[in-house]
Amino acid sequence: MTVTKYTEDHEYIRVEGDVGVVGISDYAQGQLGDVVFVELPDPGAEYAQGDEAAVVESVKAASEVYAPVGGEVTEANDALAESPGLVNSDPTGEGWFFKLRIADPKDLDQLMSAEDYKDYVKDLD
Amino acid sequence: MRYLPLTDADRRGMLAAIGAAGIDDLFADLPAESAAPELDLPGPKGEMEVERALGALAARNLPAGSVPSFLGAGAYRHHIPASVDHLIQRGEFLTAYTPYQPEIAQGTLQVLFEFQTMVAQVTAMGVANASMYDGATACVEAVMMANRVTRRRKAVLSGGLHPHYRAVAETHARFNDFDLDRADLDPAADEDLAARLDDETACVVVQNPDFLGRIRDFSALADACHDKGALLVVVVTETVSLGLLKPPGEMGADIVAAEGQSLGNGLGFGGPYVGLFATRDRYTRQMPGRLCGQTVDVDGKRGFVLTLATREQHIRREKATSNICTNSGLCALAFTIHLSLLGEAGFRRLARINHANAVRLADRLAAIPGVGLVTDRFFNEFTLRLPVPAAPVIDALAEEGVLGGVPVSRLCPDRPDLADLLLVAATETNTEDDMARFATALEASL
Amino acid sequence: MNAPEPGAGGSEGAGGSGGAGTISGNRGLDIDEPLLFERGAGERDRCGVDLPEPATDATRIGDLARGGDIGLPALSEPEVLRHFTRLSQKNYAIDTGLFPLGSCTMKHNPRLNEKLARLPGFADIHPLQPAATVGGAVALMDLLADWLTALTGMPAVALSPAAGAHGELCGMMAIRAALEDRGDVRKRVLIPESAHGTNPATAAACGYAVESIPGDSRGRTSAADVRARLGEDVAAIMLTNPNTCGIFESEIVQIAEAVHAAGAFLYCDGANFNAILGRARPAELGVDCMHINLHKTFSTPHGGGGPGAGPVVLSDALAPFAPLPWVVRGKDGPRLVETAEGPAAKALGRLKGFHGQMGMWVRALAYMMSYGGSGLRQVAEDAVLNANYVLAMLAEDLSAPFAGPCMHEALFDDRFLDGTGVTTLDFAKALIDEGYHPMTMYFPLVVPGALLIEPTETESRESLDAFIASVRGLARRAKAGEVAYFRGAPRHTPRRRLDETAAARKPVLRWTPPEVPSAAE
Repeated sequence: MTVTKYTEDHEYIRVEGDVGVVGISDYAQGQLGDVVFVELPDPGAEYAQGDEAAVVESVKAASEVYAPVGGEVTEANDALAESPGLVNSDPTGEGWFFKLRIADPKDLDQLMSAEDYKDYVKDLD
Repeated sequence: MRYLPLTDADRRGMLAAIGAAGIDDLFADLPAESAAPELDLPGPKGEMEVERALGALAARNLPAGSVPSFLGAGAYRHHIPASVDHLIQRGEFLTAYTPYQPEIAQGTLQVLFEFQTMVAQVTAMGVANASMYDGATACVEAVMMANRVTRRRKAVLSGGLHPHYRAVAETHARFNDFDLDRADLDPAADEDLAARLDDETACVVVQNPDFLGRIRDFSALADACHDKGALLVVVVTETVSLGLLKPPGEMGADIVAAEGQSLGNGLGFGGPYVGLFATRDRYTRQMPGRLCGQTVDVDGKRGFVLTLATREQHIRREKATSNICTNSGLCALAFTIHLSLLGEAGFRRLARINHANAVRLADRLAAIPGVGLVTDRFFNEFTLRLPVPAAPVIDALAEEGVLGGVPVSRLCPDRPDLADLLLVAATETNTEDDMARFATALEASL
Repeated sequence: MNAPEPGAGGSEGAGGSGGAGTISGNRGLDIDEPLLFERGAGERDRCGVDLPEPATDATRIGDLARGGDIGLPALSEPEVLRHFTRLSQKNYAIDTGLFPLGSCTMKHNPRLNEKLARLPGFADIHPLQPAATVGGAVALMDLLADWLTALTGMPAVALSPAAGAHGELCGMMAIRAALEDRGDVRKRVLIPESAHGTNPATAAACGYAVESIPGDSRGRTSAADVRARLGEDVAAIMLTNPNTCGIFESEIVQIAEAVHAAGAFLYCDGANFNAILGRARPAELGVDCMHINLHKTFSTPHGGGGPGAGPVVLSDALAPFAPLPWVVRGKDGPRLVETAEGPAAKALGRLKGFHGQMGMWVRALAYMMSYGGSGLRQVAEDAVLNANYVLAMLAEDLSAPFAGPCMHEALFDDRFLDGTGVTTLDFAKALIDEGYHPMTMYFPLVVPGALLIEPTETESRESLDAFIASVRGLARRAKAGEVAYFRGAPRHTPRRRLDETAAARKPVLRWTPPEVPSAAE
């Protein structure tokens, strides 16, 4: 079963077994504008929950992307180097940032469900 | 007052339109105790009076061009073609703003693109930025960039690095939490910087020609740096040297930090100057400062814009790559115009003339009894050893109307062992007569 | 994306909004000018400078000669002159029109300044000439310092910083040095949310953590708020006064008292000094150091992005830590002190290669001397009057987040565009077609869709009225629903809206010759 959870900083993590696919939400990409560059972590990098793991740059802003849970990076999305626009066009699909082997599944309990995140975002605007 | 268009009638009318009784109403938020202070300052002056006053101050200085002059040490007197000053005084260049609205700033932006191209070409590097304040700040920005790229915090500084550039690096290191391993200036020996490399080294900083005028090939040092995962930063204080010498990009340099003053910009008592900054393509996004990039507009026409600005302070705020807000725009324009006039052939010939003049002068001065030539290979600046301390000699020469070079002690006061060394630069502006007068005066003073 | 063929000029082709219908693609005086390298490539012998043969063939460079081509163009003087003249004609400038940019103080740049900066006695002296040959230059530095200290009430000034941000760095370094000198290491700096991005960038560059303070509805910082956040680990607060909303920080004196009581320092960003010049002295407001933008308040030209100058006035507590070189008065007059000895024993080292921006000092001093003290006060008064006039005249058609009066700049937000489909950006681009550089947009961040207008004192009432009429007219057009008009703006400029996304995704930062593969890593 695939579960997707969200952070208050607009990262999502789609949990597939013991690995999570991390990216930024549709709301976040809309706020940023056209993404021009993504700085991704190297496979093997280890992060605690909340560590800065990546940076996403648009023409007008640059944002840190934080690890939604602790774990080790297994893969980074190399497609973003050639096509950073995938973050805008398909943020939860082809615009994923990196995959993490989740160290402690209990970290996920701190995050919002998709429904809760939808409400959270509505209140922001 | 000639710069203020508002008349008293205007002021009255506008206050009425605002609904204010008087101008003081608009300053009501200022604390009463400190408002409208008595300023102990003179009254207004017309142009003539200001000219007289400042002209008197100017007249107390000895312009380098009015006497035989051989000063270098990081600032060089070259002939600037007449067109340069005329073009930079065009109001559309002089009084333009930073090109944040590219539709109405294609003039400034295209110049920056041409400037960036020329800087990359003369240094033989992949990419350059739109300039920095000067060579010394470009140098410390290079060190900080190397720290970011390598994620290390130690820089090795050659003893041949200009003492003021080293001083600027020291100021930043103190506050920015990185370390400097400084080699001492040694006129007699080659330093072994590779031996100082370890796994903590972010970069090695060398200067070519160095502070004493010595020139080297740093290719082997570049390899040694890369083997240890460190970067090689090459500093150039005399850009004209790049017209004759193997450029840093062909020696394996990763970053070049240079002073562009020699082209388009006069001595100016030290400023404003223009810092050049160039690096390899792969480090483009780590470069500090402004960058101009090519793009198209909605009609498909080629145009230019400032780009990659998200690294800068006004967006990244605390996480910016540096706190630089400004480039040295008009000075970069002057540099670009001068180099455009020189072109490929002219730039190379200018460099050969500089070198030839320095060679002739060095031979002449070294022939003076008691005077020795310390630098065997140089571009347009070399070091002499005098039989007495150099500073008093230079002062005496100045009284006779000869500006004979810079005593090393002026920049290295903590090195009494170097007090007999004199830096001498010769450019295309020095005539045979200048050199003869210098040689005669120098010999007489010893 | 294909670059145009050299000499082809603008887009060929019939139809489309870009087609000029001319053979060259040029549009009268609006000429498409290729890159230098596209003009001078291939012809090696042309040169715009006549140089003699070198005096000798003998060399002392060993095997270090440069081989190969550099790639520079080869052009004669008339070609170079025409190239840059044409480029200049594509620029908007103060000389051509009003710049309503907030916090930039785009005032008239007097030409007397240019003339005097070019006197050989100022322009053609080497920074390391013997002191006896540059006494007038050092005297000028001393005189400028006198004016700056008199205008600010501060006892000392560091002249060397090359720009405002550089001055900020100098000030914050001096603060940190002063704290370390008394054995007091502090970690935090307080900065209002409304501050310009250089402030937190500078604090971080000095090794400090930044704590952001929200302002009230007028962007002002409250002394109570500051008191609540002060502690033994706060090194300084960085305030801009007037603040970035154009409002005087009315509690600054109380804030200064609280800050000093906590052993910390008040840094003032002097970008908006034009508003209070001659009307208030920062020293009397409790400021410990303030950088001054000579290219803003004191009329030195912006030059398309620089050079500037950012001298920093300092309190007695911070003066010992000013960077080298110092100008020290002795019995024989002022002299340069270049080493950290004697009175300068605790000086910060150098921040720049040589003494500083002498060319800008000459210009600023000529400006100050032209006005005199009383004249500089008039500058602030006219600047504030002009801004308030703009605020009052546009209040009905635009939306101001708070009623006036303001100081030297007027702030609006984008509420007046609600429901129109026109963004602040679109609005600004339409203003370009009216013949104006846009005002500052989206700054300060504390107000949505901000529009910040600083006319300066060198705009006449006629100039303001014309500007107001255009802005008013555009606001009415937006409200009337003419969205397409705004989205397609600007239409009458040498280039229309440019693709900044493409520029950032695939940066092309230099020209490379088309035949040769680019020297990419």
